[in-house]
Amino acid sequence: MPLQAPNSRRFRLLLTLVLAAGFALSARAIEVGNVAPAFTLKSARGNVDSATLKGKIVYVDFWASWCVPCKQSFPWMNEMQAKYGERGFEVVAINVDAKQADADKFLVQIPAKFQVAFDAAGDTPKKFGVKAMPSAVIVGADGRVLHVHAGFRDGDKVALEAAIVAALDGLKKR
Amino acid sequence: MKRLSIHLLWLSTVALTLSGCAMQPPQAWEKGNFARKEMTMDADALDQAFTQHVYFSKESASGGTGVGGGGCGCN
Repeated sequence: MPLQAPNSRRFRLLLTLVLAAGFALSARAIEVGNVAPAFTLKSARGNVDSATLKGKIVYVDFWASWCVPCKQSFPWMNEMQAKYGERGFEVVAINVDAKQADADKFLVQIPAKFQVAFDAAGDTPKKFGVKAMPSAVIVGADGRVLHVHAGFRDGDKVALEAAIVAALDGLKKR
Repeated sequence: MKRLSIHLLWLSTVALTLSGCAMQPPQAWEKGNFARKEMTMDADALDQAFTQHVYFSKESASGGTGVGGGGCGCN
């Protein structure tokens, strides 16, 4: 008997199943208006819990020691924290290094004057559907996403600061 | 029986081939190892310069590694 192809109905069913499995595995990126996922992570000073940050404008930044643009973003985030901290602005930089020692080395070189949390397992970036490094998500007082940004270039600073100021202005009106 | 086993062989071949493509690539936060210096194409700058010199002097080839130009014979 010659080797023959399986009948097309079964083949199509199989194809659909395999492709569906592939799509189901890919995490979806977070969008403006979504409720930001909750997280509790280790930090240098105790834990960082997203629940305690409610009521503030939170700038969630995903970074790693091997990420070159992250080095540029740190001084800027220091500046933003110093400038807008009093108005209820909080930077939470979530490190995704597999080894925390790498992150510690980075932090010695480029000190952070804001909250730094560690997520070596990568659960939080998965929940946020991070597609690029660094990635920033501005979360409003109600816990909803106000702004999503991928990457970090010098030219992005103006737009990002504008988004922060807009978020803080919204906070004042409430 | 024989027909059934051929069918099974076909199905498993197709399933294996397709699931190979369905593998998830590393996520953005999992690329720490790719960012290491050893992973660059020209990890050793001296070695790279030497190779380029050989290509240039023996084959009059220049460019193609991020530098403009080609084998025009004018240099």
